[in-house]
This record gives sequence, C-alpha cells and structure tokens, in this order.
Amino acid sequence: MAEPTLDIRGLSKSFGALKATDDVSLDLRPGEIHALIGPNGAGKSTLIKQISGEIAPDAGEIRLDGRRLSGVDAAGRARLGMARSFQVSSVASEFTVLQNVVLAAQGASGATFRFFRPVMRDTALLDPARDCIAQAGLMGREDVPAAALAHGERRKLEIAMALALRPRLFLLDEPMAGMGTEGARALGDLLDGLRHRAPILLVEHDMDAVFRLSDRISVLVYGRIIATGTPGEIRADPEVQRVYLGEEA
Amino acid sequence: MSAAEITAAPERQRGRMNRAQIVNAALALGLVGFGLGVWAMGEIFLVTLATKVAILAIAGAGLNLVLGFGGLVSFGHSAYFGLGGYTAGILAHHALNYTPMFEWPFLFEGTTSMPVIWITAMIVGALAAAMIGALSLRTAGVYFIMITLAFGQMIFYFAISWPAYGGEDGLPIYVRNGFPGLNTLDPIQFFGLVCAVLFAVLALIAILARSRFGLALQAARQNRQRLMAVGIRPGGVLLVAFVISGAITALAGALYADLNRFVSPSMLSWHLSGELLVFLILGGTGRLFAPLAGAGLYIALEHLLGGVSDHWQLFFGLLLLAVVLFARGGVIGFLAEGKRHG
Repeated sequence: MAEPTLDIRGLSKSFGALKATDDVSLDLRPGEIHALIGPNGAGKSTLIKQISGEIAPDAGEIRLDGRRLSGVDAAGRARLGMARSFQVSSVASEFTVLQNVVLAAQGASGATFRFFRPVMRDTALLDPARDCIAQAGLMGREDVPAAALAHGERRKLEIAMALALRPRLFLLDEPMAGMGTEGARALGDLLDGLRHRAPILLVEHDMDAVFRLSDRISVLVYGRIIATGTPGEIRADPEVQRVYLGEEA
Repeated sequence: MSAAEITAAPERQRGRMNRAQIVNAALALGLVGFGLGVWAMGEIFLVTLATKVAILAIAGAGLNLVLGFGGLVSFGHSAYFGLGGYTAGILAHHALNYTPMFEWPFLFEGTTSMPVIWITAMIVGALAAAMIGALSLRTAGVYFIMITLAFGQMIFYFAISWPAYGGEDGLPIYVRNGFPGLNTLDPIQFFGLVCAVLFAVLALIAILARSRFGLALQAARQNRQRLMAVGIRPGGVLLVAFVISGAITALAGALYADLNRFVSPSMLSWHLSGELLVFLILGGTGRLFAPLAGAGLYIALEHLLGGVSDHWQLFFGLLLLAVVLFARGGVIGFLAEGKRHG
C-alpha cells in the first residue's frame, strides 16, 4: 500500500474540560477522498484547524509526506502544499478572481518580497493562475471582483486558489455548505476529478455527496473517531447508525 | 475597492485615462499651477503655503502605505515626522556650530546638504519604524492604534525633556539647508524641489502597490487568514510596509524642518498624527493621491476659514463628519466615481 500523504497519530486537544479532539488517528492516502463526518460540535473544525496549523494540538503528531509538522505554522504548511478551503468562504473580496488566484500562485512561489515588477503582468504567476481558474470552471470571470461573485462561484474560486498552491493535499471544510442541489452536484463532479491531483480530506454535511464521492469515511463524535471505513461499511455500522445516521434517516 | 483598483488598473484599461487618473492629474497640475501662479503674482506667503501642502502630502503618503493599503491604523506617525525633522535640525545645528555629532567609534559631523540629511532622516525613520512596528504589529485593531500612539507620545516627551537640542523650545535652523545646483532659500525653487520629491514618492508607492509585495499588502488588509492559507505571513509584509512608511514620513519631516527653519516637539505631537489621518479620510483612504487632496483641502480651509472665524475647526469638524457619513471614498472617491460609494 502506498505511503499515506497525511498521517495523523494520537492527536488530542482540550479546551478546559472539553475534549475537542480525543486521541484521533487517521490517514489520507494518495488518490482518495476521505470524508470526515459527524454531528455538529463533534470537533471537525477543531481537527481541521490543527491539521492546517491554525491551532496547536496538546498531544499527538501530524506528518505530511512523512515529515513532522510540529513547529510549522499555517503559512509554512500551505507552502508545503496543504491547500485549505474555509467553512465560510474566505477570499480577498476586493480583489478580482484573477488577483486572488495570482496571490495564491505567489504564495506557492515563495517570493513575495519583490517590489518593482507589476505582479499582474508577471507571466510566471499569471499563466498558472489562468490555468487553475479554467480547471475550477471560472473561465470568463477573471476580472470580476470576488465580492460580486455568486456563492457557488466563490467556492470555485477557493478551489482555484487551492489548485494554484500546487497542492499535496486538499483540506476542504464544508465546500458545499449553502449550495443548491445543482451547484453541489457540479462541485461534487469537480472534487471527483481533483482526487487524482492530490488526495482530499473532506468535511461535509451533505450526506449524498459524501457517500457518492468518498473512498473512505471517518465518523467523529465528541472528538473521537468511532468508525473508519468504506461508504458501505459505514452505512452498515450499527454504532454509526445509532449515534449519527439514525438521527437524520 | 479603492486600493484594489490600483493593482487592477493596468489590466482593465490600456491607453485611455479613467476618471480617477484624470482627477489625480488635475490634483498634481493644480498644486504646481497654484504654486507658480501665486509666485508670479508675488504672493510669497502662498508659495510657502503650497510648499507646506506638498510636504504634508508626502507625510500622508507614508501613512497611506500602511493605512490605505495595509489597513493598519497608525496613530503615531508624528514620531517619524518629528524624528525626520530633528534629524535635519540636529545635523544642521552641528554643521553650523562646527561641532561633530560624535567622534567615536567614527567621526560623524553635521551637514547642511539636503540629500545627505534626507538619507539620514529616512534611515532614522526606518529604524524607528522597524522597532515600533515589530512590537506594535503583535497587536491588532484598537490595541494597535493605542500602542502606536503610546510610542509617539514617548518620543514626544523625550524630545521635550532633552535640553541638548532645545527641549520644549525647539531648535532653530539658521540657514535653510542646501541642495546642489539650487538656491533653496528662493521659495519657488524650494517649492519645485518639494514637488519633485512628492511626485517621486507617489510614483514609488504606485509601483509598490502593483508589485507582488503590494498585492500581499492589500490582501493583508482584506483577509489575513486567507493570506496565511496561501503561504504568506502577513506580519513580515506589514512590517516591511511599516518601515518604508516610516522612512517616507521622516523624509517629509526633514523637509518640513527646512520649510520652517525650525524644529520643535510639536512636530512629534499626536495632533500631527491625527491631522495625517484626517488628510487620508478627506482625500479617500487607499487612493494614491488622497494625501495631496486631503492636505490641500485641510490647509486651504485652515487658511480661509481661519480668516473668518477663530473657531474654524468647528466648521471643519462638520465637513469631516459629512465626508465620513456621505462620501466614504473621500474627495477623490466623490470626484472619480460620483456618490455611488456613499
């Protein structure tokens, strides 16, 4: 079996008496979509933030391509190829679509302290940026300010920015939140193709999408992973049905 | 969406000037035309007033880099303005008294050469901004405003209590410092020199705003979390902007000292920090020519309203209120885009 891209071992994080992450171990293998599901307040976002480097775990370790990430901040992890999207769309809203993606390409290039050449004529950034915009399905929208984009388009912009980071893995926090059925389906198709570029750790509430797209699913409840398996195994797991799927079905 | 327009501009229109560019050109020509016009009419006082506008616009341009583009509300930019002024004053003081500044570890003498004074002032401003910025940038929001104010006040009280260079009374510069090939005591020549510096500074800021650095700086204003997530640390970008800003504002301070041939702690006072902020709000924060529009309007109103009433600041306050409530983009936003951004 291939070496996992992301390997998390024994991760724990407490806020006072609340164990938000309780001895979590999971891995992300090349080419897969691994979904992380769980009821509200299960600690999914806290887990994502520890992986992305926004908060530090109390214990445990995270490896990206075998490299330990402790002591590497969020910016450093992004440069190692950890491409993150946010639960609430997070882009530079005054910038155009193209400027946002160029910013991401600039981040990936690692060369920000250049003061004189106009960035929007820098083909070393523009070419990959336009390419990523096309892949995310935003062609023809390059010069639209991000603030003027429809909700679904802003999600696509985040995907385009993630692509421009030359990702080793995608960390997508509810990319389908707030999208209609049609939009969620289109985005699902996009993600389906992306897994071959880099594996995806997907936090998502849209169960249709999760069961349609995922290779594996982990179920997080009160900070603990109670089951990991294929969609079929998860659907058949009695404990999962009891604590989670049962509530909605 | 003012600042973003600067980076977007070259993409959107080539060749034709847009309204904002016409407004900018009108402001630049207006300043130079006003200066030359009043000089031709023999109104030397008004030439000096126009020179003051240009110098304050340089200081405001320094603040605009961090506030307008980086979103950092510095309420302590008088520190760099005053340090630049004192650099000019102290160097000239030693040169005119034929006493060296210090002899160890190397001989450092005073000077009356403007280019040397400018470079020294910019280094002093940059170093001060590097130290103050490194500490202040650990905070954000209101705390950032307060800590920059606190550093400004520290330097202000230091200047007051240090008797070697005049203390509270300030320090006179008996003869305006010189610039090779110019007679700086001729008001119109000094005005021309100051305008050249102003336009060079604005050109530099326009170039910076369009660079990779400028893109990251403007992103830091809008969304620091996003900047981190694409692998760029906002702290470093903001600190570099702060240092460049401090250097520009210190350069303005050196020119201001030469304009008045006098340096006093009032250049370091928080009133001046406030005035610089007012220039930007009046002109339109984040717009390249905002400091010129704002400083011009402020000085003109001070001059005109001050002649009508001692309480001119009351009327000025009402105007500022109107701008904040009805014309968020300031004068330039109003002229360049109409009322849409109100």
